[in-house]
Amino acid sequence: MSRIQRIKKGADIRLEGRPADTVSEAPSAQIYAVKPPDFEGVITKLDVRVGDNVKAGSTLFYDKKKPSVKYSSPVAGTIKDIVRGAKRRILAIEIEADSENSYVDFGVLDVSTSTRDQILSRLLEGGMFPFFRQRPFDVVANPDDLPRSIHISAFDSSPLAASTFVALDGRLADFQIGIDALAKLAGDGGVHLGLRSSDTTLAGVKNCQITYFEGPHPSGNVGVQIHHTAPLSKGEVVWTISPQDVANLGTLLKSGQYIPSRVVACGGSECKHPQHVLTLSGASISSIVEVPLKAHNGDDVRVISGSPLTGDQVSKDGYLGAHHFAIALLPEGHDPKFLLTTGWLSLGLDRFSLSNSFLSWLMPKSKEWALDTNMGGEERAFVVSGQYEKVFPMDIHPVHLVKSIIVNDIDSMEKLGIYEVSPEDFALCEYGCTSKIPVQKIVREGLDNLRNELG
Amino acid sequence: MKALHKIISSVKPHFEEGGKLAKFWVVFDSLETFTFTPGHVTNNGSHIRDGIDLKRTMFFVIVALLPALLFGTWNIGDQYYSSIGESADLFAKMIVGAFKVIPLIVVSYGVGLGIEFFFAAKRGHGINEGFLVSGMLIPLVMPVDVPLWMVAVAVAFAVIIGKEVFGGTGMNIVNIALTSRAFLFFAYPKQMSGEIWIHDVAASKGGGLLVDGTTGATALGYLASTVGKVVDTPPVQGVMNMFADGGMFSLHNCLLGTIPGSIGETSVIAILLGAVILVVTGIGSLRIMASFLVGGLLMGLIFNLLGLNGFMTLGPLHQIVIGGFMFGMVFMATDPVTAATTNTGKLIYGFLGGFFSIMIRVFNPAYPEGVMMAVLFMNVMAPMIDHYVLQANINRRQKRLQNI
Repeated sequence: MSRIQRIKKGADIRLEGRPADTVSEAPSAQIYAVKPPDFEGVITKLDVRVGDNVKAGSTLFYDKKKPSVKYSSPVAGTIKDIVRGAKRRILAIEIEADSENSYVDFGVLDVSTSTRDQILSRLLEGGMFPFFRQRPFDVVANPDDLPRSIHISAFDSSPLAASTFVALDGRLADFQIGIDALAKLAGDGGVHLGLRSSDTTLAGVKNCQITYFEGPHPSGNVGVQIHHTAPLSKGEVVWTISPQDVANLGTLLKSGQYIPSRVVACGGSECKHPQHVLTLSGASISSIVEVPLKAHNGDDVRVISGSPLTGDQVSKDGYLGAHHFAIALLPEGHDPKFLLTTGWLSLGLDRFSLSNSFLSWLMPKSKEWALDTNMGGEERAFVVSGQYEKVFPMDIHPVHLVKSIIVNDIDSMEKLGIYEVSPEDFALCEYGCTSKIPVQKIVREGLDNLRNELG
Repeated sequence: MKALHKIISSVKPHFEEGGKLAKFWVVFDSLETFTFTPGHVTNNGSHIRDGIDLKRTMFFVIVALLPALLFGTWNIGDQYYSSIGESADLFAKMIVGAFKVIPLIVVSYGVGLGIEFFFAAKRGHGINEGFLVSGMLIPLVMPVDVPLWMVAVAVAFAVIIGKEVFGGTGMNIVNIALTSRAFLFFAYPKQMSGEIWIHDVAASKGGGLLVDGTTGATALGYLASTVGKVVDTPPVQGVMNMFADGGMFSLHNCLLGTIPGSIGETSVIAILLGAVILVVTGIGSLRIMASFLVGGLLMGLIFNLLGLNGFMTLGPLHQIVIGGFMFGMVFMATDPVTAATTNTGKLIYGFLGGFFSIMIRVFNPAYPEGVMMAVLFMNVMAPMIDHYVLQANINRRQKRLQNI
């Protein structure tokens, strides 16, 4: 039983340097890092000290409030450093990998004969649980909850994203085991899988409800898919997980080993060989992609772990984020732009815009753009209306929701539907905002405030 | 352009804190960011950004206003020469117009931007570009012969009371340009009516130069005189004949704009050209314009069917091409700050705006410029319209909650 959902609002931003559909295996990195800030909502309680030896699957830290949620090492090695930031907040746990990888053996678990509790405790023990995120709040899921349903978006519609088709090539058996396990974890709502209607690789997956989505980004955002299949109301909880982690979860249950494998799309106009690379979560950027010293415009190169619309800025010797399946290399835009040539009065043949005020809208749709990181203007008060609505395919009024967050009006936030959204759903709004309002940051803060308020 | 940027960078320290000219930081900053979009880069969130900013948005509105501005300038000359029965070439007409329009623009921008700079410096933020458009709209809604000091007072009132007390650009309740127009209308009713719609018409009359029959009144002025009179009487018929084919206010003349009126409002064609620019670039809301038009036509049609006075017998199409209806529809009602902000709300807002525009001008001849009153009224109502649209959205969500 499947149905087709057409998403009309949104926009595809085609960037130069789209990764080819080939996968090359990254040389194993020397240093890996697990970054607690990648896991929204966790309060880190360390389980290791510098110099400790760990195996792949050994617990590095756990959540102080929910000690059963364990965060594991992706490789075997020695704890090299624990990086701390302001107020001694732990930013990263760096592991120097051994030359031989060895795994903690969690044992094989047959999903069909196991109970929900057995599966859940295996995922918690085996370190796969932190990859579940929950709505509301878009934070690490709570294992004590019985989620109404579990949602997986099997395609990423954001620019320069990894192709699930490429990433799951040869892993369909593990993916199915993962889905079977999720079906036991989910409540009455079951498991929902969102697919592109053109994608037939996952069409045969059983034990879940398949919905086909057509239309531009953000149709691949799991939040948009939840909204159009089974919208979330106050008091309900759903879990989400990435398709690659569903397969990893299957691997854990099948083999007893924690292998957070990642097929990462490396792309962007500054990437020499845009392609997919097989590696592990937390691998060093330098082991995955070669970062040029200078961008083609003479400026520095911005390294983004994740999508250009939502990812984190990392340094050249940084690490792949836990929830990231892409690395984008884009030129920085530090050069001031003279008003007539490239600035606010330019014709704009080279500037992709959601408005039609740049001549670029006359270009063919297939053209790929090399965009830099310039803000393209200064922050202003909200003036223009109707812009966010064009790229926000939910029955929610985005501007009014954002305004209610800015003034921290909890009651209005709830009424206007904050439980359904996550910052990534607002990425296109932020991209196209005339007033350059940092929408994603505002939404993240709003979700955090609300969560603290509700305890 | 590196050289220019070097010069700007070299004088920058004088304007920074501790510099001799630190008080004028706002002025410097606005000029610097005017010439060069700053090299600010994104932090986290969306790493790439659209090139559109408020400067570009506002600039396109000004571009959209240019046809109306140029035609208005020419029309001042055209009206002047035909009122004294002389013929003149395009250049001579433009010169007469420019002598009227340029001082108006200078006063409007001078006073308005001066106040903006003052408040920006006082509040320590950059200049918001909102007044770039307001400053151009204000001259276009003024009668030709309005005294400049009145314009200065009206601009000051509109910017301070209409905008800055509410927190500046983006925070105002009612449209700035219409606030200034309404201020003049209520503060100086005597000076704002009568012989100000054609350049120098009073002087020409005194000198005996005026062509017979020229009074300098606008289409709305004539029509207002028919209200309360029986339709089939000679004075009413006389007025209505001016609107028939070949008359002074024929459909043809109104579309073209060769009639007396506020500087920018007369030519429907020039205004629609601007509307196309706004709609294609996505800067003006087509929803508001279209629903405003439908509202105006519907009210015009209802009046036309009733036909109780001369004004009402005018066809709905004719209703919307006279007065400020078109200008208000394209440039005033669509102001995103004061209009409704929800998509559904915009339809309601626009429809009622157009509806009331025609209703006010016909029902109350004391307010011939019904559009101004209607848009200001709808500006005030817009938050309430949005409130109900949002409430409907909230109710849908809560209904879903009950169904679980």
